[in-house]
Amino acid sequence: MIDVKGLKKQFDDHMVLDGIDLSVEKGDVICIVGPSGCGKSTFLRCLTHLEEPTGGEIYLDGELITDRQIDDIRARMGMVFQHFNLFPNMTVRKNITLAPVQRKMMTQKEADAEAERLLERIGLLEKADVYPAMLSGGQKQRIAIVRALAMKPDVLLFDEPTSALDPEMVGEVLQLMQDLAREGMTMVVVTHEMGFAREVANRVIFIDEGIIKEDEPPEEFFAHPKNQRLQDFLSKVL
Amino acid sequence: MSVSEKFYQAFLYNDRWLQYLRGVGTTLLVTVIALAIGIVIGTVVALIRTAHDQQKGQRHPLLSAVNVILQIYVTVIRGTPMMVQLLIMAMVIFASSRNFTLVGALTLGINSGAYVAEIVRGGLMAVDSGQMEAGRSLGLNYITTMRFVIIPQAIKAVLPALGNEFIILLKDTSLITFIGGKELLYAAQGIMNRTYEAMFPLLIVAGMYLILVMIFTWLLGKFERKLRQSDRR
Ligand SMILES: Nc1ncnc2c1ncn2[C@@H]1O[C@H](COP(=O)(O)OP(=O)(O)O)[C@@H](O)[C@H]1O
Ligand SMILES: [Mg+2]
Repeated sequence: MIDVKGLKKQFDDHMVLDGIDLSVEKGDVICIVGPSGCGKSTFLRCLTHLEEPTGGEIYLDGELITDRQIDDIRARMGMVFQHFNLFPNMTVRKNITLAPVQRKMMTQKEADAEAERLLERIGLLEKADVYPAMLSGGQKQRIAIVRALAMKPDVLLFDEPTSALDPEMVGEVLQLMQDLAREGMTMVVVTHEMGFAREVANRVIFIDEGIIKEDEPPEEFFAHPKNQRLQDFLSKVL
Repeated sequence: MSVSEKFYQAFLYNDRWLQYLRGVGTTLLVTVIALAIGIVIGTVVALIRTAHDQQKGQRHPLLSAVNVILQIYVTVIRGTPMMVQLLIMAMVIFASSRNFTLVGALTLGINSGAYVAEIVRGGLMAVDSGQMEAGRSLGLNYITTMRFVIIPQAIKAVLPALGNEFIILLKDTSLITFIGGKELLYAAQGIMNRTYEAMFPLLIVAGMYLILVMIFTWLLGKFERKLRQSDRR
């Protein structure tokens, strides 16, 4: 579904990604782990050209991603941010329906129905007409996920979706992500939640020094890490 | 002449107070026209300059050219005295026009546009960059994201500064008297020319400006408190 070939990203003279190769298959749940500053966010952001890659190619269903059709590509690749980035100037309903309506995927009426269906699913239907400022962090992030889902994306990208949350709210967000994974949603998740990676992912990836140092199923990844730096990393976080 | 007689001459004789009031009316009208022009120019300039600054990768040549022109506009307007700008407009560019008040309002508006542009640009840049990224990540294009997400948030942030700009303009309208614009100070000058007495006409005009500024400062303060309340929601 997504094919990344030799992806490079350089900030000034700082080479953050130095040739990443990765194939994401339909239904994959891939967790990306690594020390802070190793380029996990940069990698996700390059996938949808939020950062302009310095080199390499990215394909979505065989189609080379370029700046020219980037809006159409982004409509098919949902992004969930660490800080939610809900639009504070609109209600929850409008947050969810804005993109499907503006992109002419749905009428406002259809989008409203879809928004209500999705809110019902996460138990937040009664919040449809409130503003984001009224919500808890966990509620905000679940609505941000639902906002991405309303676009019916082929794949969802998560950048540390629980890192900005109070501990008691982490569970509800991880639960929703786990449910989505069970339903077959393709997901690429940057996370420090090793429990989630172990339970939900079918592949776990370790990025270090700008390249993928390990790419294994979670059992192997956690039980028998081959890379020395991964062993050090795991001994610190587990 | 006694003091009370001077005041009578300056304010009451021949219903002269009406001339001041008409001056207040013109002053407010010129201020509103100038601010309207300033907001239109300033917003357009700010949007173009922001779009220019935010583009990634290869730069659009037309956008770069327009950006340079706008930068020159802002620099020239902010770098030269308003009085000089007024004289150039009245005596060079619109030398044949007799409608000095309108030329004055237009000049004030063009001048204000440069300041409003910086205010609006600041407001646009103050919106968290995550908002643009979230909009673009949903597949919305730049203009749609600006329209529905960034600009509404920026408006709220710049309203107090625009209120301030209104008050600055209100005082600056007095300058158009020197090109023959018929606003409040002009009324005082007309009366001074007839009575040969400067004190009361000038004091009255100063008092009127002060009252106007105080009223609008008070309204602005009320408005800002309301804005902040709606932030907490
Ligand atoms: N816009 C940028 N400009 C310059 N350097 C950046 C920028 N974004 C990220 N970096 C640098 O790239 C490296 C990787 O950052 P990031 O992808 O955010 O790491 P991670 O998400 O793994 O913590 C860091 O050293 C960071 O300082
Ligand atoms: Mg990061």
